[in-house]
Amino acid sequence: MAVTHPLDRYLRVDRIPTMWCPGCGLGIALGAMLRAIDRRIEEGVLKRENVGFVGGIGCTARMTLYPQFDSAHVIHGRAIPFALAVKIVKPEMKMIVVGGDGDIAAIGGNHLLHALKRNADLLVIMVNNMIYGMTGGQLAPTTPRGLYTTTTPYGNPEKELNVIKLAAALGANYVARSSITHPQLLERTIYKALAKRGLAFVEVLSTCPEIFGRHIGFRNPVDLYMELRKRIVVKTNPSIEESDYDWSRGFVIGEFVDKDEPGFLDTYREYVLKAVGGAER
Amino acid sequence: MRYEYLTGNIAIAEASITSGLRFYAGYPITPTSDIFEYLARELPKYGGHVIQFEDEIASINAVIGASWACSKAMTATSGPGFSLMLEALSLAVITETPLVVAYVMRTGPSTGVPTRSGQYDVLQSTYGFHGGLVIPVLAPSTPQEAYDLTIKAFNVSEKLRTPVVLLSDAVIAHTYGKVAMREKGEVEVVERSKPSVPPSEYRPYDPVDGLVPPMACFGDGYGVLVESLTHDERGYYSPRTDSQRKLMWRLYRKIAESAGQIFEYSSLYLDSCDVALVSYGSTALSAQVATKVLRERGVRACSVKFKTLFPVYEEGLAKLLEGVEKVFVVENNTGLYYRELRGVLKDREVVSVPLIDLDVPPPQEVVEVVSKWL
Ligand SMILES: Cc1ncc(C[n+]2csc(CCOP(=O)(O)OP(=O)(O)O)c2C)c(N)n1
Ligand code: SF4
Ligand SMILES: [Mg+2]
Repeated sequence: MAVTHPLDRYLRVDRIPTMWCPGCGLGIALGAMLRAIDRRIEEGVLKRENVGFVGGIGCTARMTLYPQFDSAHVIHGRAIPFALAVKIVKPEMKMIVVGGDGDIAAIGGNHLLHALKRNADLLVIMVNNMIYGMTGGQLAPTTPRGLYTTTTPYGNPEKELNVIKLAAALGANYVARSSITHPQLLERTIYKALAKRGLAFVEVLSTCPEIFGRHIGFRNPVDLYMELRKRIVVKTNPSIEESDYDWSRGFVIGEFVDKDEPGFLDTYREYVLKAVGGAER
Repeated sequence: MRYEYLTGNIAIAEASITSGLRFYAGYPITPTSDIFEYLARELPKYGGHVIQFEDEIASINAVIGASWACSKAMTATSGPGFSLMLEALSLAVITETPLVVAYVMRTGPSTGVPTRSGQYDVLQSTYGFHGGLVIPVLAPSTPQEAYDLTIKAFNVSEKLRTPVVLLSDAVIAHTYGKVAMREKGEVEVVERSKPSVPPSEYRPYDPVDGLVPPMACFGDGYGVLVESLTHDERGYYSPRTDSQRKLMWRLYRKIAESAGQIFEYSSLYLDSCDVALVSYGSTALSAQVATKVLRERGVRACSVKFKTLFPVYEEGLAKLLEGVEKVFVVENNTGLYYRELRGVLKDREVVSVPLIDLDVPPPQEVVEVVSKWL
């Protein structure tokens, strides 16, 4: 019998190898996600047929191509409204949105903002590689100030967007940052996020050796991995203020918000009861 | 069946419920908001969902998502909103997602005269999105037609797994008319065709025996793949010319070859006609009156009202207008649909009657222009 990987049962193995560059951090992120999902399925918290993956466009969004779940690889920035609609129609689904920093926080920023405001019952995983990988190295909203990109060849003049702060300010139930340089922590974070109601937002710092690494002088995947790793500061209960980052100061990872307020579906259910005349006063 | 006096907009809302609508997502815009507001009040009573999203982009993408969760889904908008929806309509085309967009035209370009009418968006409604394919466009001219064509729009969308545009305008939107409303069982309501094979054998873009693949949904246990990239029958990305050809021609053919089944029109005096006044939407009301005036003056005129605009049923149209010498295309724009017909009716004189008016162009004006060309 052929030797199989324990996670193969969650993969469309006929699509492997992935399209990602050798040494890309995205594989580590996908592995951690699948292990976390597997644990939740084994526990009976999740049902396999109720896991839905939605991604927009970008290297990160192509994570939706590989797992053997209901998946949608839609258009750039628009994964959130697609996923939320599925959730509204089929509340038993666990909808997971995966996207890059551009996909989620630039073109998809308005949808993110409103999903956060709604505390929409979604797990949103934003992989922050600080660059537009798929299109060849243009400025991302998350690119640290001063760094070279192909559209800011003299160094990014703008301040980097800290999406953690945005998510915390707008009322998500769970806001965490993790990193592919710390795969066990990443798995634990996603595992936890999977059981939250309301919106769980997980930022995953990742390495793009092909583009970002080349720009900053660390083309070798291991070198870039080590450079990111040494900039990571793991904290328990970090403050929101500590979530600001830049390339020289480094990145605090940990859970920034963990609460259990009613999610969109909770308040929406009450609203629907009023419509059908079943409201209790 | 029961009769009620309804505006075109409310007829659309009522018919969508009859058609089995279960998910409406929208963003307010004149002259469509009353469709939204009516459904917000009524649809939850039928177990449906009505959600206001942050913009039209979110709305149409949510409609696509809801359709993939097996809900019949719709949004309504006007020019500015439809322009924002175009990228997602292209997604709905390649992923073969059934949905309905009620497009109530107003005066443009841009913000134009938001409360008034026009037919400037007739080509945009099908050609607006990228990718070079056509989606069916149905065009009512009365509240009754708005009602009937809404049901048809849902049925066509399910049968062909395609987005369908229901193209109305600001006049029809708020004109009252008597509408015969169908009860359940009095009208055909097409439900989604689901796969008959087990999940292990299911290929989401395999049309099996025909042009339209059966559709599994999120949560059905089929591991569906909604894929915006060019894909094979499995839904796997395939950047190859042969895959692109296969997919494009199937998507093209499933609409083009249904043109005859989709096509619908009504006519006045067509059996004794030398001069046809062809029109659609609210302008058709004016063309019909003009036809009668012309006949009183001894012109063998007739009026042909198209209730469907795309796909253009080329053979059918040529045949329909066989004995007619001259075809006048009356519309409330710069002569847009005329350009479509000119190509189809090559062997006949086709004359454009472009009459720009914030309401219905007056019949007298139609008569004047047509008389000049007789
Ligand atoms: C509407 C639209 N605009 C632009 C693009 C081109 N595009 C594809 S992916 C991408 C950005 C990718 O960056 P990110 O979201 O950070 O993902 P990454 O590849 O870095 O994972 C862009 C601009 C597109 N596909 N659609
Ligand atoms: S371009 Fe960067 S993010 Fe994309 S696959 Fe290659 S290394 Fe990964
Ligand atoms: Mg990126």
